[in-house]
Amino acid sequence: MNAKSFFAAPVHDPKSAIATHHVPPQAPWSGLVRRGQSIRIIDLEGQQAVDTLFYKAGDLAERYSAQDTVRVQGAAYVTTGTRLISNEGHLMGVVTADTCGRHDTSAGACSCESNTARFGQHTRYLHACRENFVYEVSKYGLTKRDIVPNINFFMNVPISPNGELAIVDGVSKPGDYVEIRAEMDLLCVISNCPQINNPCNGFNPTPIAILIFAGDEG
Amino acid sequence: MTADTTTLDRIAANKRRYEELKAAGGHAPAVLPAPTARGLPLPPGPLTRETIPPGWYFTTRLKAGEALRIALMDAPAAVALVCWNAHETSERLNYADTLKIQWTARLQKGRVLFSDMGRVMLSLVEDTGCAHDALVGGSTAASNRARYGAKADSERLRNTRDNFILAAGKLGLARCDIPPCMTFFAPVNTDADGRLAWGADTRQAGDFVDLRAEMDLLVALSNCPHPLDPRPDHAAGSVEAIRFQAPPAAFDDLCRTATPEAARGFENLAR
Repeated sequence: MNAKSFFAAPVHDPKSAIATHHVPPQAPWSGLVRRGQSIRIIDLEGQQAVDTLFYKAGDLAERYSAQDTVRVQGAAYVTTGTRLISNEGHLMGVVTADTCGRHDTSAGACSCESNTARFGQHTRYLHACRENFVYEVSKYGLTKRDIVPNINFFMNVPISPNGELAIVDGVSKPGDYVEIRAEMDLLCVISNCPQINNPCNGFNPTPIAILIFAGDEG
Repeated sequence: MTADTTTLDRIAANKRRYEELKAAGGHAPAVLPAPTARGLPLPPGPLTRETIPPGWYFTTRLKAGEALRIALMDAPAAVALVCWNAHETSERLNYADTLKIQWTARLQKGRVLFSDMGRVMLSLVEDTGCAHDALVGGSTAASNRARYGAKADSERLRNTRDNFILAAGKLGLARCDIPPCMTFFAPVNTDADGRLAWGADTRQAGDFVDLRAEMDLLVALSNCPHPLDPRPDHAAGSVEAIRFQAPPAAFDDLCRTATPEAARGFENLAR
């Protein structure tokens, strides 16, 4: 389904943002996005994967579920119109704008440990998204047990009909953005991906910006 | 200017290292063998046998070196699986890493299941060749309502999500401990646009997979119809779960040598 036809992209004026956050390369970020508010993630320089998790603000045991999201959508990639579903089957948010076109949610976050299996033992002591996630969720009393497979905004992981899977060059251009409208109060946790062992960040992790917009009802 | 040159040098070095890695063996797996013949006998002396009725769940412990045969007994069924390191349950199945590390969403004989710690938990040592799903996960109360309508509630149709909540609870684990699952005997395909479809369904009684534990494990299985299974009823067959002592892994063991990535996943078990 091309959901673009069902959702009028709400073009928020960046100047109307109620909060702006600059996330340096390789860094984590977290913050609250209230029901009705929108969060815009901007890939400032292009080809930068942004690993993203959502938790229900009032009950952190309820969190984003990649498998439920894929099942409900009937398709594997995240784009405009994708309904983000929790592990309890509830609607967490809707992707309301996407200038990039396709985002992965089946390949998870990089980690020091999986890097050793993927790229060799010499990559163990390189910073990774799982490190960012473990650190960032610890601020809310959560642990590694609470980290689940995430959305990789601006990461291109085509799954071919024969099941093969590749992480290929990012397709995002400088300034591309994705916007999610929160359908419940959300804790949003982000890792600005530090991976330098494959093309997901163009071999050069770069900064991102996050804008929060007020909801229509104020 | 100096900073720019430094950045460009760093990008070039990273890219060169990636290209070298790709050239050095890359991600082309060894040719994986043909499916196992139905009826392959078990090694002598099964440890335990359990019949999982349609809709139900089952938990078991596996010691490293033991294996679990999951077999369709009388009719097509789908079996969702999650597992944990028995000694450190924060280490658990990670389907996303399993796909990403092996560059494939197609699990078959010769592939392995990874934990979130870059280590191999289970090896798919025998497989009669049904397709398996790693993308969609199991059924939920909501997916049963969407698929089966009012019957889902009036007939209390069971689902995999709730089965895993119960299974985890009986292992002393909580909701936050339940990772996304993999489902055996569930032929899910994706097309070029990523749309999901139920593929050729070859399942029949006698199909099985043998999963060899590579670390001591807690395992939970759920025998519920896969949410994409187009059959109009909620019927599933019974499934047999047989725990047995696997033959020792030889130096040229298929799962240990199929890809450099899997080989390093085994290396990490020794760390």
